[in-house]
Amino acid sequence: MTEPQHEERPHPPGPSLYPIAFAAGVACILVGLIVNPTLIAPIGAAIAVVFGFLWARDATMEYRRVPEPIEPERREVPVKAEAPAIPAHRGGAAMPEPEPGERFPRSKFLEASTLGLGAVIGGLVTVPAIGFMVVPAYVKQGYPSVDLGPLENFTEGKWFVTSFFQHPDAGEVSRRTAYIRNNGSLDGKPSFTIISNRCAHLGCPVQPNGPVQDDQKKVVKGEHGQRVTMIPAIPAGGFGCPCHGGQYDPEGNRTAGPPVRGLDRYDYEIKNGRLWLLKPYSVTTVVGQGKDARIHKYKLTGPGEHVDGWEQILYPLQPPH
Amino acid sequence: MTVAPPRRRKSARRQRLEGAITYPIDWLEERSGLIGGLRYFLFRKVPGDTNWFHTLGSATLTAFLVQALTGVILAMYYQPDPNTAYQSINHITNDLTLGWLVRGMHKWGASVFIILLFFHMARVFLFGAYKYPRELNWIVGVMLLVFGMLEGFTGYLLPWDQTAYWATVVGINLNGTAPILGPFLADFLRGGAEIGPDTLSRFYSLHMLLIPGAIFALIGLHLYLVVRLGVSSPPWSGQAAGSDYVEVTPTTDGRSGLTQPSARSGWRRNGGES
Ligand code: HEM
Ligand code: FES
Repeated sequence: MTEPQHEERPHPPGPSLYPIAFAAGVACILVGLIVNPTLIAPIGAAIAVVFGFLWARDATMEYRRVPEPIEPERREVPVKAEAPAIPAHRGGAAMPEPEPGERFPRSKFLEASTLGLGAVIGGLVTVPAIGFMVVPAYVKQGYPSVDLGPLENFTEGKWFVTSFFQHPDAGEVSRRTAYIRNNGSLDGKPSFTIISNRCAHLGCPVQPNGPVQDDQKKVVKGEHGQRVTMIPAIPAGGFGCPCHGGQYDPEGNRTAGPPVRGLDRYDYEIKNGRLWLLKPYSVTTVVGQGKDARIHKYKLTGPGEHVDGWEQILYPLQPPH
Repeated sequence: MTVAPPRRRKSARRQRLEGAITYPIDWLEERSGLIGGLRYFLFRKVPGDTNWFHTLGSATLTAFLVQALTGVILAMYYQPDPNTAYQSINHITNDLTLGWLVRGMHKWGASVFIILLFFHMARVFLFGAYKYPRELNWIVGVMLLVFGMLEGFTGYLLPWDQTAYWATVVGINLNGTAPILGPFLADFLRGGAEIGPDTLSRFYSLHMLLIPGAIFALIGLHLYLVVRLGVSSPPWSGQAAGSDYVEVTPTTDGRSGLTQPSARSGWRRNGGES
């Protein structure tokens, strides 16, 4: 009897701590993704890989302990042709036993290779196609600078509803609007407040709460078909959203309604006496007013997404813009 | 004792006429079996006490087919370009003969489709028709519901007017607030960081190709399961479930799996007389 008896069988190893360490590594990855994706997350990954390996080695120990003896390959020596034929009514079936080497039959191989080849061809076709559907949405996205015209157009202390083409080649579909006020000069440099009209709830266009002087509209033409439209306004009551009633004060702080933060703003730059609009950024609150405002500034984030408070853990990653 | 009236024999002329009419049908049937399949689908047995609520699924199917037909024809005149989309819709509505009608059918039909979808789902739920062995068909139905609503969302942008534009802005941003992957989902839907020319053509492609294709495929699966499992009788049915249990001798010829599904299914149970 070659079967090992019950008593001889090795005892199962006690419970291992590796799975717990592995889980800790995974938790570390998840926390790292939110807290510090470049440092903590790789450390977590390393922990998970190391302990995952140890765990797997541990778990398969029993199977690996006794190596399976490998039978040397043996072949029957073919019967000499001169030997007398076995009479038909004696001996085994005419179909020969499969050769010892034929444990993986040809039909299995053909099946697997047909399926495998089909999968490879299918993958070669679908992967680029799906990639083309998905990837362009995330790459080469950006906010090119926009020339809004000479500084003199922006009378000091006045608000202008300013609309422009973000991508002049794309035309009307890229029209965006900002509320711009010249705050006069701060430390010898001109200061501007430039507030995006994109509601911080779900992105509707907020409107000035106060008169808009349509009759004083001014159009400034620029290169590549750029058309900047400026309409003076007096948003004494701040800004209001027509969609779900979000309300903001004149600095863009949320005062009522569903928005989760203040209105986004744009960076700007003065070049050769002209106002250039740079990238937008997100804002939670603004303390103070005009040129003295202290802005709590964050990376540009979609409407409705929290950038501070505990809810920010819901949005650990932003697509590259 | 009354004498049965003598059977009238068909005249030779009539027989020849009928033969000529049925010839193409017989030709097709002999080579494909499709006619028999269609007849099996249309005249299969259903429980004796089905009622009007059981027609809601077919009503939904009809509404979907109306959308498919009118949509394909609208696509012959509509232009998914930010500069001309709105004008092309105006052109369809005001200038082209019958354009107002077909556009109206598609526009109102969209709501009819969604409403019927919910009515059908309500009937399945209230009748308990989602229970064993029909859970899978409920799951397929939920997928149909999701795709149906996606169809409504993508179609809403196409008129490219103020309502369409801002409703879509809000809808995409709403998806963007989903935890973790939301911001990526919003970029995928827009085809970029901001709504642009690609957004409209992307929605158009989803609306007329991808989603309807998926819905067609899922409807095929849905109806296959309806036929295979049979329609369930209403919960107040007088017949105890399984009272007609018939032992079906398992065979290996593959086909009987299709034509004689599980003995619990309704069409065997209430096969007329029982
Ligand atoms: C495009 C949408 C849909 C179409 C065309 C459709 C069509 C049908 C048809 C023709 C039937 C036959 C019985 C009847 O009419 O009641 C049926 C049954 C059924 N449907 Fe749907 N359906 C759709 C959506 C849904 C949805 C949204 C659900 C649920 C989430 C659902 C769940 C079911 C189930 C469980 C049955 C089996 C009911 C039984 O056997 O009594 N379907 N469907
Ligand atoms: S989008 Fe402005 S309040 Fe909802």
